[in-house]
Order: sequence, then C-alpha cells, then structure tokens
Amino acid sequence: MHKWDIEFVHLDAGYGERAVLRDICAALPAGRISVILGGSGCGKSTLLKHIIGLSQPMGGTVRIGGQDFFALKAAAFRRVRRQMGVLFQDGALLGALSLAENVTLPLSEHLALPKPLLREAALRVLGMVGLQDFADYYPNQLSGGMRKRAGLARAIIAEPRILLCDEPTSGLDPVTAARMDELLLSMHEQFADMTLVVVSHDLASFRAIAEHALVLRDGRVIFSGRPDELERGEDPYVRQFLQRQSGDQGQTQRAALNPLARAALDAWLAS
Amino acid sequence: MAKLRNLPAYVGRSFLGGVGAVGGTTLFMLLGVSRIFSSAKIFPRTFRQLYVIGYQSLFVILLIGIFCGMVIGLQGYYTLVRFGSVGLLGSAVSLTLIRELGPVLTAIMLTGRAGSSMAAEIGVMRITDQIDALDVMGIHPMSYLVSPRLLAAVISFPLLTAVFDVIGIVGGYLTGVLMLDINEGAYFYRIASSVEMSDVAGGFIKALVFGLLVTTVCCRQGYNTHRRRDSAGPEAVGNATTSAVVISCVLILASDYVLTSFLL
Repeated sequence: MHKWDIEFVHLDAGYGERAVLRDICAALPAGRISVILGGSGCGKSTLLKHIIGLSQPMGGTVRIGGQDFFALKAAAFRRVRRQMGVLFQDGALLGALSLAENVTLPLSEHLALPKPLLREAALRVLGMVGLQDFADYYPNQLSGGMRKRAGLARAIIAEPRILLCDEPTSGLDPVTAARMDELLLSMHEQFADMTLVVVSHDLASFRAIAEHALVLRDGRVIFSGRPDELERGEDPYVRQFLQRQSGDQGQTQRAALNPLARAALDAWLAS
Repeated sequence: MAKLRNLPAYVGRSFLGGVGAVGGTTLFMLLGVSRIFSSAKIFPRTFRQLYVIGYQSLFVILLIGIFCGMVIGLQGYYTLVRFGSVGLLGSAVSLTLIRELGPVLTAIMLTGRAGSSMAAEIGVMRITDQIDALDVMGIHPMSYLVSPRLLAAVISFPLLTAVFDVIGIVGGYLTGVLMLDINEGAYFYRIASSVEMSDVAGGFIKALVFGLLVTTVCCRQGYNTHRRRDSAGPEAVGNATTSAVVISCVLILASDYVLTSFLL
C-alpha cells in the first residue's frame, strides 16, 4: 500500500449512541483526487472528521498509510496529523487574526521563523489562491468564496501529503465554484504526491475534479471506484443522484390552510 | 404516580450530573493551568488577554468602585451616628471594601464584562470549527485559548480588586469627609490603624480564587458549547454565555463564604 492511502476498515461512526456511518469498507488512493459524494445528512462530513481524527469511531478503524490511525500513540498520531491540511466548510479562519497571520499560523506556532520569512510564506500561498492583496484583511472583511480560498491557503502552507476539503464549493456562485475547482486541480498539479479528498454534493465540481469516487447513502458506501464507472452505473439511487432527480418526481401536494388562519391571513394581506 | 416513581431516578441523575460537572470543571482548570507551563507562546497571548480582561475593565471598576464607596460611606455614617461613633467611618469603609466587597464586586463585574465575552468568543469559535482547525494544525486549543486567559485572570483580578478598594475608599472620603463633614485626619487615621496586612492578603487570596473560578467556568461553557443538550448553533452560544455568568456569580458568592470562614 502507498504511504498516504486512506482505508476505512468496517468503520462505524456516529454521535453519542446514534450511528451515522455503518460498516464502511473502502479505500481512497494516494496521490489522487477522491470525491466523497452523497446527499445531505448521509455522513460525508462525519467520515471526514474520522479521517482527521477529530472523532473516535464506534467500531472499526481508519488506516492511513497502512497504519491504524486510532491505535497510534500520541506522538505518532501527531506526526501523521502534521501531514494533513484541512479546508473546513466556511474556512474556519480565526476572526482575531489577519489573513497573513491566519495562513501562517501552522508555521508560526511550531517553527521559530523570523517575521519577514513568515510574511513571505503568507504572501506566497495567498498568491497561489489569488489573495495576495488581502493579506492584511480580517476574515469578516471577506466574501464566503475568499474565506474558503484563504482556508485553502492555510491548509497547504505546510505542504501536507493529504489535503481534505469539506464542501469547498457549497454556497458559492457557479463562477467562484469553478474557480475553486481550478484551484484544487492546480494544487494537485503542483503537489503531485498529495492525496486530495473532497467532500461534496456538487455534481459539476465532481465531474471537474474527481479521479476516484466514493458514494454514500444513509451511512453506507454504495459505490467506490472510477468516476466513469459511476457515470455508467445502474444503481437507481446513483442514477437519480447524477441526474439530479428527486425520486418523487418533484410533486408536492398543496394542503389547505385552516379556514380561520386563511381568513386572518387574507385580512392581514389586504390591510 | 409515574412522575413520583421517577423522582429518585431524577434526583440521582441530577446528583451524578452535578458531581460530573464539578469533576469536569476541576480537570478543565488543571489542564488549563498545566498548559501555562508547557506553552511556548503563552506570554504574547497573555498580554493580549491582560489588555482585554484588565485594561478594558478598568473604567467600569473605577465607576462601580467610587459609587460603592460613596454608598458605604453614606450608610455607614447614618448607622454610626446613632452610636456616636462617626469617627470609625474610615474603618468601616476600608474593612468592608478590602475584606469583602472589593473582591466580590470586582469578580462579579469582571464576570459580566470579561467572562461573558470569553464564553461567547470561545463558543463562536467552537460552532464555526475554529477550535477543530486549531486542533488539526497541531495547536492545543487549551494552550491557545484557555491558559492565557487563566494566567491573565490570576494577574488582573487581584490588581483590579486593589484598584476597586482604593477608589472605594476615595468614594467613602467624598461622602464622609467632603459631604458629611467628618474629620479628614480621623478618617485616614482609622483606616491606617484598623486595616492589617492579613485583611489585604485575604482580599487578594479571594480575588485570586475568584479569577481562577470565573475564567475556568466561562471558558469551559464556551468550549463545550457544541455539547449542550438544550440548544445548538448560535442559540447554544447565547445559552452558554448565560450559564457562564450565572454559574460564575453563584460560585463567587458560595466560595466567598467558604474562604471567609477559613480566613477569619
């Protein structure tokens, strides 16, 4: 197995006693872009939290580079974690720090580097995501897309071997979402060995970047393989998902409003 | 009937919950304190928190201190005048402030001003994944968020208590000497002759303990915002902030009683 493969071994996960993921067995290949797809609430973000080690599994485990991630001793766990960069959904930038301070946080905390060098490193990664002119801005002065790009800059500043992105295009307009996809592809070109894991339900993004697909439904894996195999798949849910069909033909029944409430509403609208 | 049958279980669960909360808070404080010594960048962060907890609270402490001293001066005068001992006003004002009201009111004011903001800030960081982000970057959230606040509180609570005491004595002077015409020399002589070092030390010990308690409770409430069962998201941050202030105020008064029993 390659050093930075990620493998789920009979993984059960959840919150408290509520299981969200059940018996997940799949692998995300090293050096490729894997997209974890699935509808809202199917457990994509929970799976991501287990790759990062932010949550403990209820059963089974996650193997990273063949090592049982959750059986590692604290020092070894931290060593593996150091090889990961994470882009959280809204960037998760620290509000009290400027963009430059935010993106250099992993370096300034662990390395005794002089300030000019940190500044240079910040401008370098911010340049990679097109934010070099915003180094001294604070997160609340930026748009959602810019915050995500800044989050990406922070995730890659320590040149991690595994980059994990949680819904990088959610809430973005199509043009900004396409720009984010291009950024991820360019990261992949620049850091060829990097294992990139993207959690998404954005089909356009999936088609633009995926080299490997993992589809979840109701906490279970229903597909793991190449995107072209997924597109040719016969599974009805997968077909529905890829063709953006609701399954209930989009019909909704209009329920009548209580007559008293109707009369009150009409009177208010007319007033 | 069913409710009555469930009563012992409810009492038991509440008791265990209370014991768990005390244990959890104690461990949280110990971890926060231990991280003071293992965090390389503790001092720059502590200076920032000293500014937030200490300097930014100074004005409100001065304001409350002066009015508190003036009220004690006024009440003390009209009580002492009945016994013909208005000359003792200096002792009454200074001992009340230094032993009791100074540490307690300073801690309560700091809970409202700085403690609530700690709980809210850390709570927002929790629900927006910022604490998870710190963790992923290999930065221990306790070292980054809690330890500097604990150290800053241990420094600023006693200092602000001293400011409160001094300005309160000035307030007593304004009412007693300038408004009610007590002899100035008698006022200050009584302060000097009645206040002992043990009174001042006792007040500082209380301030120190209150600082640790308030900061621990407020930080813990914010830190565990995502674990609240009564709410989620922004509502949980609001509830965590309210809980932080209420629990801190109750703990200040309860621990004040315990400390006073030992110090007297």
